[in-house]
Amino acid sequence: MSAKEAILARVRAAGVQSAASVARAYRKNSGWTRTEILEQFAERTAEYKAEVIRGRESDLTTLLEEVCFRRMLSRIVVPAGLNVDLPSSLTAVFDQPPLTPEQLETCDAVLTSCALGIAETGTIVLDGGPGQGRRVLSLIPDTHLCIVWGRQIVGSVPEGVAALEGSVRAGRALTWISGPSATSDIELSRVEGVHGPRNLVVFLLEEGT
Amino acid sequence: MSDGGIHPAKPFPEAAHLTLQDGQMRRNLGHATRTIRAKREKTVLELPDWEELREAGSSLKAHVMANLEPLLLQLEQSVTRAGGVVHWARDAEEARAIVTRLVQGTGAKDVVKVKSITTDEINLNGALEAAGIHTLETDLAELIVQLAHDKPSHILVPAIHKNRAEIRELFVRELGLPDLSDEPRELAGAARTYLRKKFLSAKVAISGANFAVAATGTVGVVESEGNGRMCLTLPDTLITLMGIEKVLPQWQDLEIFLQLLPRASTAERMNPYTSFWTGVHAGDGPKAFHLVLLDNGRTRVLEDEVGRQALHCIRCSACLNVCPVYERAGGHAYGSVYPGPIGAILTPQLIGMEHENANTLPFASSLCGACYDACPVKINIPEVLVHLRARAVEHKKAHSSLPTLEGSAMTVMAWVFGDASRFAFAQKLARLGQGPLVKEGKIGPLPGLLGGWTETRDLKQVPKESFREWWGKNK
Ligand code: SF4
Repeated sequence: MSAKEAILARVRAAGVQSAASVARAYRKNSGWTRTEILEQFAERTAEYKAEVIRGRESDLTTLLEEVCFRRMLSRIVVPAGLNVDLPSSLTAVFDQPPLTPEQLETCDAVLTSCALGIAETGTIVLDGGPGQGRRVLSLIPDTHLCIVWGRQIVGSVPEGVAALEGSVRAGRALTWISGPSATSDIELSRVEGVHGPRNLVVFLLEEGT
Repeated sequence: MSDGGIHPAKPFPEAAHLTLQDGQMRRNLGHATRTIRAKREKTVLELPDWEELREAGSSLKAHVMANLEPLLLQLEQSVTRAGGVVHWARDAEEARAIVTRLVQGTGAKDVVKVKSITTDEINLNGALEAAGIHTLETDLAELIVQLAHDKPSHILVPAIHKNRAEIRELFVRELGLPDLSDEPRELAGAARTYLRKKFLSAKVAISGANFAVAATGTVGVVESEGNGRMCLTLPDTLITLMGIEKVLPQWQDLEIFLQLLPRASTAERMNPYTSFWTGVHAGDGPKAFHLVLLDNGRTRVLEDEVGRQALHCIRCSACLNVCPVYERAGGHAYGSVYPGPIGAILTPQLIGMEHENANTLPFASSLCGACYDACPVKINIPEVLVHLRARAVEHKKAHSSLPTLEGSAMTVMAWVFGDASRFAFAQKLARLGQGPLVKEGKIGPLPGLLGGWTETRDLKQVPKESFREWWGKNK
């Protein structure tokens, strides 16, 4: 008997009776208004030590320039499909041909878009869609600059999970990010900064000028 | 330990007798668990539907156990369709052999690992070392344990028994960093520098899994530091070891566990990073993905109608953090990679109640019920403890003589804990200083194998109001 057959035979022999149906009485929505959703997202993302910058679409180039100057960032990885005008003070590094991890290490930051944001938990989710690039791009550089559109933000985790169903079915990899890299391994207190980007800057943008 | 990381070398009272003498460890543990308990209360109470989420988690896991065969078959199909390879391992030995063969097949002499208790359960590192393959733990706490040649003592924070000063000393010695301070941020930075080069050159990674979705073949790892992302993204080959009970039916089910797990474990609204992948992604991440499905006693646990709820565990560690016995005895006393209340019910069931050391574990509890209240998937740990005590007593009776008094105390407890309302009533009585298990407002002395031990130790008083009662009144 193969291991598979043996295990399944034992599972069958245990004869677990089918249980009552799954009780899904929890909340599906946050119950917040649009304005509250954006405010909560900004507040909760910042609570995990991400820098949150709110602005209009037309402000992005200026905001980027200001942040990169202040944080002393100049070489910025730009994934395919990201339609952003980088300020002339920055050097764009394209993932074409694919950058090696060593090359990524020489970059100061990566600028990506995202698939969505979740307000209740202060989370952004990347699914490798346009402007997000390969998973490694947002992992190696020490600063992750992420653009989130107001309309991309949902209130609750169930709403986020539902919105990502299509990506999962299409077989895309997801990365959920809530604040910069951190650890609770020393005395169970959260401190920022281990292996992932130690800095996370979120541009929360709304359409228009 | 014999062939795995779940075989206690001593009976619990004996092992606890040793660990109780380590005052420093107890202070470290007390400090860490107090911190997390205070934080957790806040994060949990923020969700108005916490109880509904727990109920959903609990019923969903029961559904999984009742449909394990079709779900595992579906998972195998989905992972294979997405370009992964699925392996099945009956026990620790088989799993070690599969993983070793897979690593050898790549020709790699080094592997990076992201924390996985399941790999510790099967003593994977030892087997790989014996085959000349060096494993490097990349999770900060696991790295600390590895550098110190120590053993994990907590399922979430394996080095919880060490404080910052001790960690600093270790890093100064092992990593050759004389100027390091004991600031946690600086210690984390030291680990970052030390591991960076190794990540970039690693060819093979080994991980565990928090979830695997049968319908889509999607596997998930929940973490904080980013070492998981490194391991899951950089190497060419990824080998993931997962207990068969971790399978979930559909993607939508994550909406429950992604709320329960982070809040119950690190008391965060969300942990920093969660990665999901589905097989192999062209041009992004590993080129080969292997999923090893492990039984190693899980089907034995499944046979026990009362005990099988231990398989619902999502390894959040909340039950450890609230347990007065764990806080005093420490994780090492349990002699298994699964310590604390969950270890007390999981370890003996995984390896069999006839294991003379493991079958003392169900007695390592004051039955105060805090673990049940804390558990995000509502595992009735006290109920299982009492049930397993009865099984241990039966086993002893059959194999040796046992004082009848112990047998009768056992019967009383089995009756009390056999039913949720009787249990709640007993808790109330305990607070009033009455009831069958109580002396001077305290639970104990414990009947059973641990009696001698608790008589001399001050076990936590039953809280004035259990979380459940508080919740009942305030929600
Ligand atoms: S038994 Fe419950 S509380 Fe304990 S680790 Fe498992 S899920 Fe968490």
